[in-house]
Amino acid sequence: MPVEIDVDHVARLARLALTPEERERFRRQLGLILEHAEKVGEVAADDVPPTSHPVPRSNVYRPDEIGPCLTPEEALAGAPEVEGGRFKVPRIVEQEE
Amino acid sequence: MAELCDLPADELARRLRATEVSAVDVAESALRRMEAVDERLHTFLTPTPDLAREQARAVDARLGDGSAVPAVAGIPLALKDVLTTKGIRSTAGSKILEPYVPPYDCTPWARLNAAGSVLVGKTNCDEFAMGSSNENSAFGPVRNPWNLDTVPGGSSGGSAAAVASGQAVWALGTDTGGSVRQPAALCGVVGLKPTYGRISRYGLIAFASSLDHVGTFTRSVRDAALLLSAIAGNDPLDATSLPEPARDYTEGLDGGARGLRVGVVEDWLTLEGIQPGVRDGVRGAIDRLERMGASVEEAKLPHADYALSAYYLIAPAECSSNLARYDGVRYGFRAEGRDVVEMNMKTRGAGFGDEVKRRIMLGTYALSAGYYEAYYGQAQKVRTLVIRDYEQAFERFDLLVGPTSPTTAFRLGEKTGDPLAMYLSDVFTIPSDLSGTPAISIPCGLAPDGLPVGFQIMGKLMDEATVLRAAHALEQDLGFSSRPPLLTEIGAGP
Repeated sequence: MPVEIDVDHVARLARLALTPEERERFRRQLGLILEHAEKVGEVAADDVPPTSHPVPRSNVYRPDEIGPCLTPEEALAGAPEVEGGRFKVPRIVEQEE
Repeated sequence: MAELCDLPADELARRLRATEVSAVDVAESALRRMEAVDERLHTFLTPTPDLAREQARAVDARLGDGSAVPAVAGIPLALKDVLTTKGIRSTAGSKILEPYVPPYDCTPWARLNAAGSVLVGKTNCDEFAMGSSNENSAFGPVRNPWNLDTVPGGSSGGSAAAVASGQAVWALGTDTGGSVRQPAALCGVVGLKPTYGRISRYGLIAFASSLDHVGTFTRSVRDAALLLSAIAGNDPLDATSLPEPARDYTEGLDGGARGLRVGVVEDWLTLEGIQPGVRDGVRGAIDRLERMGASVEEAKLPHADYALSAYYLIAPAECSSNLARYDGVRYGFRAEGRDVVEMNMKTRGAGFGDEVKRRIMLGTYALSAGYYEAYYGQAQKVRTLVIRDYEQAFERFDLLVGPTSPTTAFRLGEKTGDPLAMYLSDVFTIPSDLSGTPAISIPCGLAPDGLPVGFQIMGKLMDEATVLRAAHALEQDLGFSSRPPLLTEIGAGP
């Protein structure tokens, strides 16, 4: 059975504005893909530990040495909007509606 | 007739050193080929002919004053557009990064650039490396040089097509679920995915961090070893980079196949949906390995069936997190919005294509409260089972072999309406990404449809040497020298 998902909720979590056509198509397609993906539950027994990385490494350090880094101008060069040496964004506080 | 750009890199390197040809001659040859075929193939998103000429002149200057130059010097290279290049637009095949000019180089390119490599351009690819046909590029699909009505595979389809058509002698791509090996198979070239962490990913635009590998496209196994040698080795800027320093992977390449214990993943050859021409080509290559003195027996990877399901939870989960950075604030495209959330949502809604949105949503769902254990948690357990499968198989075998992809190149548009059918294209390549083990695809002939068949050789973790040795032996025995009919059409056929 295809999985039923709340597309609007997921799109909101993922910060994606969808058209009505996309909403309907993704609802259908994601349901089918998840139905297939649910197969993982058939073999994943409780005594099997999870793997997050194929070659586990931990505590990877490098010397704490001062080296060259981006200038503020370089770091801001790709930004859609900049003001006073900072990234500029639209209003952050949500408006009461 | 064949031109300089059709020669393998090791032969070009020899001729450059003997001053039989100049690096400028070699670069011009690749650029002429680009001029002749790229309009039809749509291989490059950003060609870099001026840079290529400048770099080639610098190599010639070094050769002229008798300086020793590295093996990669003067060899025309193409880079998949998910690899950042300082001052050169890097789009990842996405509208959201269309204006992005990175302020830094990825490590593989930094190493190649320092060694005198000649960059001819940034190649087209599926958006953020998500796809198996290159049809998910925001800038239009790449066409397969073997048949312009078919796809080159994906996601590194541009890099594969560039090397197959001689617009570059070699190229880099990335393999997260098969995105180097599958397009290499469909375009009739050699595609190598080394061990996870072997090649630094610093400066690789991330898709799924526990699965992303940088890999190589070449027209010979020896060239794959050469290119790997130039870019492998620890990089302090990538915490997942393996601690070993670089080494020379051409050493031991001529060791032959005698004595190798080869396991055939028989289930993959009897899978419903495998094209008979692919099956026959792969069986033929297995027979050759046996005749060359390898022992051949059936191997089992019992959880490989589940690998695809696990992959389509793990990769989207990681992508939903990695792609959160595209928020319209620091780089790339921005859509207008009344407040920051609306700006984020409209930017991402308009900036990402279908497949990327699908995977972000899939991942977001799989990681969301209440579903995490059932999906992502279970998928990580399946990953353990897939790794155990390999470990058990490698107790008996030195190598595992099978097809790279179930079919030869399919028609443009054939699978775009059915994401699950498209995902099946990677069913034989995904397991080695989950396990991080090295694998290569080499062409083993043409199917009755006239399209190349890829033969996959998978090795133990860290054991690129045996993979390359067997691939080289088989390649020599096969003598595959066919080139795309397109080259004959433009008068550059073999």
